[in-house]
Amino acid sequence: MTSSTLSVEGISVETTRHGSPLVLVDNVSLTLGAGEVLALVGASGSGKSLTCAASLDVLPPGTRMIADSVSIDGSVLQRSTLRGRHIATIMQNPRSAFNPVRTMQQHARETLSALGISTAEEDERILRAMKASGLDEPERLLRLHSFEMSGGMLQRMMIALALATEAPFLFADEPTTDLDLIVQREILDLLDHLKRERRLGILLVTHDMGVVARLADRVAVMDGGRIVETAPVTDIFLRPRHVITQRLVEAHLSLYNRSEVAA
Amino acid sequence: MSDLAIERTIAPQWLSVKLNWPTKVALGIIAVLVICAVAGHWLAPYDPNATNLVGRLQSPNAEHWLGTDHLGRDILSRLIVGSRVSLGSVALCLVLILGLGILVGGASGFIGGRTDQIIMRFTDVFLTFPTLVLALFMVGMLGTGLVNVIVAIALSHWAWYARIVRGIVLSLKHRDFILASRLAGATRVQVFIKHLLPATLSQLLVLATLDIGHMMLHVSGLSFLGLGVTAPTPEWGVMISDARQYVWTEPLLVFWPGLALFFSVMAFNILGDAIRDKLDPHLCAEHGH
Amino acid sequence: MNLLEARGVSKAYRTFSLVGATKAKPVLNHISMEIAVGETVALLGRSGCGKSTLAMLLVGLERPDRGDILFGGRSLTSLDKAGWQNLRKTVQMVFQDPLGAANPRATVKDIVAEPLNYLCGLTGQAAAERVRELLSSVGLNWAEANKFPHQLSGGQLQRVCIARALAPDPKLIILDEAVSNLDLHLQIQMLDLFEELRRTKNVSYLFVTHDLRLVEKFCARVLVMDQGRIVEQTPVSGSLAFSSSEGRALSAAVLPPMPRQLLAAGG
Repeated sequence: MTSSTLSVEGISVETTRHGSPLVLVDNVSLTLGAGEVLALVGASGSGKSLTCAASLDVLPPGTRMIADSVSIDGSVLQRSTLRGRHIATIMQNPRSAFNPVRTMQQHARETLSALGISTAEEDERILRAMKASGLDEPERLLRLHSFEMSGGMLQRMMIALALATEAPFLFADEPTTDLDLIVQREILDLLDHLKRERRLGILLVTHDMGVVARLADRVAVMDGGRIVETAPVTDIFLRPRHVITQRLVEAHLSLYNRSEVAA
Repeated sequence: MSDLAIERTIAPQWLSVKLNWPTKVALGIIAVLVICAVAGHWLAPYDPNATNLVGRLQSPNAEHWLGTDHLGRDILSRLIVGSRVSLGSVALCLVLILGLGILVGGASGFIGGRTDQIIMRFTDVFLTFPTLVLALFMVGMLGTGLVNVIVAIALSHWAWYARIVRGIVLSLKHRDFILASRLAGATRVQVFIKHLLPATLSQLLVLATLDIGHMMLHVSGLSFLGLGVTAPTPEWGVMISDARQYVWTEPLLVFWPGLALFFSVMAFNILGDAIRDKLDPHLCAEHGH
Repeated sequence: MNLLEARGVSKAYRTFSLVGATKAKPVLNHISMEIAVGETVALLGRSGCGKSTLAMLLVGLERPDRGDILFGGRSLTSLDKAGWQNLRKTVQMVFQDPLGAANPRATVKDIVAEPLNYLCGLTGQAAAERVRELLSSVGLNWAEANKFPHQLSGGQLQRVCIARALAPDPKLIILDEAVSNLDLHLQIQMLDLFEELRRTKNVSYLFVTHDLRLVEKFCARVLVMDQGRIVEQTPVSGSLAFSSSEGRALSAAVLPPMPRQLLAAGG
């Protein structure tokens, strides 16, 4: 597939609290190009994960979507066709994404079954994808269950499953938050490498500006369910315009004994 | 933390027990039962054991609201006083079952290791006893009587509760909030009572209220077979048993005690649901209402 | 004198079965370290290196297979009931995951009041007053006191857990990745609070973490752990420089302050 742009337009998510409606995501639109990383940042509760979930129509119970449209290269697509085919997903807690009584092989089969390809091709794709994710001995790993693997390996496995679908876009929701420093670096390096090699378009949800600095090309800042600023990553760090962005960058830079925020 | 955590803040206010109309009705029925059990002898219009062969097998009328049975005893009075036996024996059963279950299951789960394995094998033995067989065995050994029946029912039911308590304790005892409680200075026993026991209570209560129905039917059933209560003590099962021979001519004789059993069991089931909803906030959030 | 000390401590985890041999999995291997009054020590290492296990041993929630843990110079095995009470009052811990660390059936008020009840003998109104103070010190208002854990956000709940740890006025707090899941500005806020307690009440901290950036800001000494052993000990002065391979690997893995393009340009 040679898609070049994913457009998400006018997503709004609402819920009911104490009987009256509460807007959690307010008319959010973004575009994601092939081969670029768009970081969606904000504090907890700003709506970034919900935006991600809403785009794929996998909202948690108790919330509902008001208005929405997701299109690729201009043509609007059904959510059910998007998931697993055009947009792959990796999540924060890799361990909870796997069923502990199933082997990795069974997960791989399940993920690829929606694509309607032959079993032989499924096997080939998954082995290639696992090698591309830095997993050595893929044949041995396919026989393992999730509790026999470390967090880092499981995250790599999730990435491998995403790659095997050959979807052009990837939604990554806080993919390294639960991992330790060294594994985090490895996973971020891997995502960077995949972005360049395969021209993957990645929507990266995170609250850590360090991850943004490492990986992002463009940044969209969210607060209170709205996008308050979108800019290339260099502008976000050098010339943050919105107050929320400034606060995020300042807090992040304060960790490095240096503060550079242009007025 | 992922924003999807926001769903947790959508949980409803569950602090007051949901008093919808079925729960109110159930509470009403149970209140009536309890009052009858406690104050039955004063409430009953007639002496439940007073026979009157002249006025036997009457249909419901102004003097005897539910009629009289084959010995001329007032059915309403027998129902009211009979509730004491039904409720009382079930209450006693529950005390024994919960006591044994919590003690054995809780200790087993909390201690863990080999002790846990040994205790569980011992519990497994009791799981294999069907109530009727055990009751017959006890009656055969010790003679008929309500106490023997109660003990038999308790012995055949407690093992399930022990397993459930053990399961919950095992799953929770390594959680951080248990460790935090010990860090806060609680002794092991205090941790068990304050944190682990309440976690088991909601599940135990739901199981218990479903079992109340079974137990009432066991007590009545065993009495029906002549193993439990002896005449002339009024008890709903015995009343049904006595009325068997008249079921074609005076079906109401079977109907009234049956109805009493039906409403009691139903009331406890509804109450069980309401209690579970109150005690378990997680479940409330999952219902999403 | 050292507040808390580990001497030659080793620990392995065993699984039990009714028949057959039990298997042991070694986690800690002959560890020795100490924490003095008013010190902030960082325990650095990747997942699975044993740092959380060491924390459990230090607070006495688990026993070492070999070696000893000393509290104020006395071995934990020699402590009587009063001794344990004193240990609990002096050493507290905050866990990484606030959801697991709070009883889902207890209100915020009950959670924070628990150590007050058991360790300080405070109940009722007196305890409620103290809970109010503690909640406000972590930036929460009294209105949250009657809520349940599932009604709070992760950040708020973790602050409740921190308030609980502060309740008995401890002299040493072990932070087991305690701020890792908070938003950065909250992490900084909490660390500032801890720093203030250190200045005013001489509280020590054992900061178990893998985030080097926070270590540089907050700690005076760093211990690096790798596979159950302490491989390096170094004071923090200016920026961290490690000599062990594990320390250097951690150092190299720190996230950059600025995007690559700006760093290359010398920005």
